[in-house]
Amino acid sequence: MTNLALIATLLMIMALAYHLGLTRSRAVAAEHDVRMHSRPGYYGTLVALWCGLPAIALFLLWSFLAPQLIDMLVTQQVPAEFVAGMSERELTTFLRRVTALANERSVSGGGSPEELAAAAHMARLQTFENLSLVALMAVLAVTGLVYARRNISPQWRARNQVERVITIALAASSGIAIFTTVGIVLSMLGETLKFFTFISPAEFFLGTTWNPRFSTSGTDAQGEFGLLPLLWGTMMVSAIALLIAIPVGLMTAIYMAEYAPPWLRNVAKPMIEILAGIPTIVYGFFALMVIGPFLSNFGDLIGINIRTTSALTAGIAMGIMIIPFVSSLSDDIITQVPKSLRDGALGLGATKSETIRQVVLPAALPGIVGAFLLAASRAIGETMIVVLAAGNNPVLHANPFEAVSTITVTIVNQLTGDMDFASPQSLVAFALGLTLFVITLGLNVIALVVVRKFRQQYE
Amino acid sequence: MNTSAQPNMPASMVSVGGGESRKSKSTGNVKMSAKDVKVFYGDAQAINGIDIDIYENEVLAFIGPSGCGKSTFLRCLNRMNDTIDICRVEGEITLDKKDIYAPDRDVVLLRAQVGIVFQKPNPFPKSIYENIAYGPRLHGLAKRKAELDDIVESSLRRAGLWDEVKDRLDQPGTGLSGGQQQRLCIARTIAVSPDIILMDEPCSALDPIATGKVEQLIDELSESYTIVMVTHNMQQAARVADRTAFFHMGDLIEVDRTDTIFTNPHNQRTHDYITGRYG
Repeated sequence: MTNLALIATLLMIMALAYHLGLTRSRAVAAEHDVRMHSRPGYYGTLVALWCGLPAIALFLLWSFLAPQLIDMLVTQQVPAEFVAGMSERELTTFLRRVTALANERSVSGGGSPEELAAAAHMARLQTFENLSLVALMAVLAVTGLVYARRNISPQWRARNQVERVITIALAASSGIAIFTTVGIVLSMLGETLKFFTFISPAEFFLGTTWNPRFSTSGTDAQGEFGLLPLLWGTMMVSAIALLIAIPVGLMTAIYMAEYAPPWLRNVAKPMIEILAGIPTIVYGFFALMVIGPFLSNFGDLIGINIRTTSALTAGIAMGIMIIPFVSSLSDDIITQVPKSLRDGALGLGATKSETIRQVVLPAALPGIVGAFLLAASRAIGETMIVVLAAGNNPVLHANPFEAVSTITVTIVNQLTGDMDFASPQSLVAFALGLTLFVITLGLNVIALVVVRKFRQQYE
Repeated sequence: MNTSAQPNMPASMVSVGGGESRKSKSTGNVKMSAKDVKVFYGDAQAINGIDIDIYENEVLAFIGPSGCGKSTFLRCLNRMNDTIDICRVEGEITLDKKDIYAPDRDVVLLRAQVGIVFQKPNPFPKSIYENIAYGPRLHGLAKRKAELDDIVESSLRRAGLWDEVKDRLDQPGTGLSGGQQQRLCIARTIAVSPDIILMDEPCSALDPIATGKVEQLIDELSESYTIVMVTHNMQQAARVADRTAFFHMGDLIEVDRTDTIFTNPHNQRTHDYITGRYG
């Protein structure tokens, strides 16, 4: 029985349980001629939950533990002298191949006799495991159903219990997002610490040379893992992007919020926001095919050597991409500044632009700074545009017309192609990722605090 | 109320609330004049053609039930309605005999001459000093820092706020109490030396004590400014206004000396309103 069919069957049984609980509660009410504590639907729901929840919990636990148990049993069954010589990684590969064979998928090389034997054993174990799961779930579902149905009485507070289950379910859902974040950070932290066993943190954070070499060139060729050229590249591209996005975005926001007639605003605002919906890879090749050659030609014209792929090319494309972040957020914040403040300035004889510059913008400033910081964190984490248009040149220099490399690009480089997750060449990606995460997290936290402060001022 | 007053008796002989509530001020020159002013919000007409003269150095109060158009009319007097897209004003309003809606009229200068204080105190999110200095800076009224300091101090003094804030001029204006904020806004308006101050229900967001202070301030300011105020509070109109105008459903029903309006109105609707029949 496949898992899908299993769950579908369980859901049908739960529907039946709901019905049984509902009718039973009505029968009890009629029998004793009393008012039940809760409406019949709550008794139905509660019986269905008693029937379904334990079975589902068992199912989840089982799917998590059973494969590990089977792996253990299979390993024990394989001749000891065959396993003895294996390293941990070879054993993992072996088990992966056996699992594939047991599930009738082909593996490269077709499988050795030992693997085939182990696969047959595993297939038997899996059949047994599957059947026992079905049996256990059936027992749990029926027991729960019968127990809950028996329990139905006028005093049983079904409504309160259902409410509690709902609360727990909602809390669990929000927990998923939080625990995932924590999990990702912890796993990155673990891998980063592993990386720091190869390369010291000082060497990583303060090194000025990035030259990781390939892991295939031998263990003695360790390479140099200096973060600074990448961090510098990231900062340079992001700064160029912000130099473009902040003025353009802010002026767009002011026009949209204060000057544009309603019909224009209704048309133009969604169109600007579409800019944010264009896939970044499209911006990437737009930069590569249009902006780069244009800048290069323009450079020739005025006698500056501008590379086609450079910090400037990537920065301009990225700047265009984040204009809507700046303009949309700033627009919202400018519109939130109360009309009474504008009236106050206008009433003193300020012109419209004086009112905006001297009263509205200062009042909105914290919120606008928040918008800038969110845009900045977006720019720092951006990947595809820089992969295509920045030129991948991890060298420390201050010329925006030259190619650079960024943290994100380097992560892509280190994790594409053949990987060996025990080498510093791959592990460095986690250290880079964590660095990036800390930077963007910091910016986001500051932005949120600033924006919240702004909101409090007027609410 | 003094009901013994005869309909034809000169208004100045009637007193309000049994006391000498207002100084008797002879009506001076006409400062502002409105002729057949109509205001529309989109297709809806809010004001149906109002004629009224506003005299120099008088306190004129607009009373009337909610939605009667008194605030709308007040905002026409310094063209604050320009900021509302769908609002349209017809008719003629003159200031010192010059049309304020004339195409070549500079609305910035008009608003410097006709200041406005709003219902809800709206200090800028700047320091107390900057709140007052904003207007004078805008119009270049002070050449040196010392002059600006003088304007700030004298404006705050005239608004009766100086003693309360002189030690914390650098603190945000938004941190003051509601009544102080409103006096700050009045001081801010005085700082550009307008001829006329419009006040749109200046006390409706204030407690009785703060209201008392603002009323006292209005009384003092009327020595040197023309004040036009909208109020929901008839006692307030009786206490501070030289003349009172009664608005109803977009019409100006009656305007006369305050004591006449409150003791001996000509119009039945005015009588019904001030005696609490409706509104």
